[in-house]
Amino acid sequence: MSTRGLLPIVICVALLALVPLVITSNVVLNFLVIALLIALVGQGWNVLGGYGGQYSFGHAAFFGTGAYVTAILQVHYGVNAWVGFVLGIAAGALVGTIIGALVFRSGLRGSYFALVTLAFAEVLRILASVAPITGAGVGTLIKLDLRPEAFQFQSRAPFYWIALALVAISLLIVHLIEQSRFGAYLVAVRENEDAAKALGINPVTVKLGAMTISAAITAAGGCFYAQYFLFVDSGIAYGPWISIEALLAPVIGGLGTIFGPLLGALVVRAAGEAAKLVAGDAPGLDLVIYGCVLILVIAFAGRGIAGLLTDLRETMQRLTARKVAPPEHAHG
Amino acid sequence: MADALLRVEGLSKRFGGLAALTDASLSAEAGSITALIGPNGAGKTTLFAAIAGFLRPDRGRVLYGGNNITGEPPYKLARRGIARTFQIVQPLAGLSVRENIAVGAHLSRPARADALEAAGEVARAVGLGDQLDKSAASLTVAARKRLELARALATGPKLLLLDEVLAGLNPSEIRDMVPVISAIRARGVTILMIEHVMQAVMSLAEQVWVLAEGRIIAQGAPREVAGNPRVVEAYLGHGAASRLVAGGAGVQ
Repeated sequence: MSTRGLLPIVICVALLALVPLVITSNVVLNFLVIALLIALVGQGWNVLGGYGGQYSFGHAAFFGTGAYVTAILQVHYGVNAWVGFVLGIAAGALVGTIIGALVFRSGLRGSYFALVTLAFAEVLRILASVAPITGAGVGTLIKLDLRPEAFQFQSRAPFYWIALALVAISLLIVHLIEQSRFGAYLVAVRENEDAAKALGINPVTVKLGAMTISAAITAAGGCFYAQYFLFVDSGIAYGPWISIEALLAPVIGGLGTIFGPLLGALVVRAAGEAAKLVAGDAPGLDLVIYGCVLILVIAFAGRGIAGLLTDLRETMQRLTARKVAPPEHAHG
Repeated sequence: MADALLRVEGLSKRFGGLAALTDASLSAEAGSITALIGPNGAGKTTLFAAIAGFLRPDRGRVLYGGNNITGEPPYKLARRGIARTFQIVQPLAGLSVRENIAVGAHLSRPARADALEAAGEVARAVGLGDQLDKSAASLTVAARKRLELARALATGPKLLLLDEVLAGLNPSEIRDMVPVISAIRARGVTILMIEHVMQAVMSLAEQVWVLAEGRIIAQGAPREVAGNPRVVEAYLGHGAASRLVAGGAGVQ
C-alpha cells in the first residue's frame, strides 16, 4: 500500500491537535468541536455522495441511530458509554446496509435515491417522536456523570481531541478507500454505471459497501453528539438539519476529495457564526446572509473550495508559463 | 475448423410491437475475428446487448465455451472473460486515461499499484502510451475509441465484443486502428465486432454475419457475403441487386 498522501493527513491532524494548548476559550473550542463533528458527519456523506455519486438527503437516519443507540443503551440498559458508542456506530452501519439493500436493489438512482433516503430519515424521526423507548416527544437525557470512564469530561479539550481523533480516523478510512480497488470501483460507478458493469463491477455491491462505511462514519458523529450534549430528541437526531449539514460540508469543501468535508465544515460553520455577528439582534437575518454566502460559493466554485484551490494553482502555473513564453515569440 | 467460443441460438427480442430480433443465430470461432454487419436499425446493437448481458432476450440461448450464459448480468460475464466496448463511448470522464484503464485491470489485479502498472502496458498496446495522464474528458474521438478498447482489453478477456470501434474515425485513423485490432487477435483473443466500415471488415474478419430487420440473412467469408444478392438488397432496397447487374456495375 502506498503511503503517499498520508503526510498531509498527519500534518493537518497534528496542527489541529495543538489548538487546545493555545486557545482555552470555551466559546472557540465549542465552535471547533461542532465544526469537527460536522466534518466527521460530512466525511461519512462524502464516501457515498462524493466518491460514489449517490446523493443522500437522509444521512440523519444514521446520525440519529448512532445518537439514540448510545443514549438509550446507557439510560435504559446501564451499558457503559464507550461500549454504547461502539454499538451506536454498529447500529448506524446496520441501518445503512438495510436502507442500501432496499434502495440499490430496486435500482433507485439520482433524485429518486435522494428522496427515498429523505423519506427513511423522516419515518425514523416520526417513529422516534412517538416511541416510548426514545422518550417520545420529551427526548432522552443522559445522566451527568463527569468521569472519563463515562465518556464525560469537565473541560472541552478532551471532547475536542476525541472529535479530532474521529475525524483523523475518517480521513484514514477515506485515504485507504482512495488507494484501493474498492475506491476505484466506487468512482467508476459514480462516473458511469454501464461502463462499470461491463468491466466486471457489480454496482449494487459496491454502493452497498460505500453506504455501510458512510453510515458508520456518520453514526459515529451521532454517538459523539449524544455524549457531548447529553441530550437527544427526535428533531435533533433524525431532523433534516443534520442531513443538510452532512451534504453541505463536502459540497462546499469539495466533493470526492479527502479534505473537502473538513475544509467545508470549517468554512460553513465560520460563515454561520460571522453572519450572526454581522446580523446582530435582527431575527433571521443571519440565515439570510448565511444563505447568500452559500449561493456565492456554489455559483463561483462548482467543485468546492478544494476545486477552487486546484484551479487557482493551475492558473498560477499558466501565468508563470506565459511569462516565460514571450522571448520565444521574439525569436519567431 | 476450430470450436465455437460463442454460439447464439435463436435469439428473439421484442420491444412492444417491434420485433428487434427474430430467431437470430450466429457463432464465433475461437481465435478468430467475426463481424456482424447490417443496415441501420437491423438489430445489431440489440443482439450485442443480449449477448453481453445488458438485455434479456425473450427467447433463445447464448452459449459461451459450452456454458449457457443467457441473461447473466454483465459483471458476471466480464469475470468469465467477456468484455465489450460501447458504440457511444462511455469514458469515466472525471478520471485520467491511466485510471480509466486501471478499472478494467483491477478485475484480475486487486492491488492498486499493479492495476495502474498494467494500465500503462495496455495503453501502449493500443497507442495511448503518451496520453496516460490526460483526463479522459479531454481526449479526441479517435483517442476515446482507443480508450474504450483499452479498458475492455485490460480485463484480460477471452472474447471481446467491439461495437463500432471504427465509427466516427477518419480514413487515416481507421488505417491506424486496424493493425491494433489484428494485434489483439494475434494475442489469442476472439473478437466479435459490429462494424459499418466495410474496408475494415474485409481486411479483418474471417467470418461475416449479416443481420437485416432482426434476422440473420447471410453468413460466410467477407467476399462471399458482399456479393450475395440478399445482402445487397438489404442495404440498397428490393431489386437493387438485379438492377446493379443489369446496369453492368459489378459487385465484388
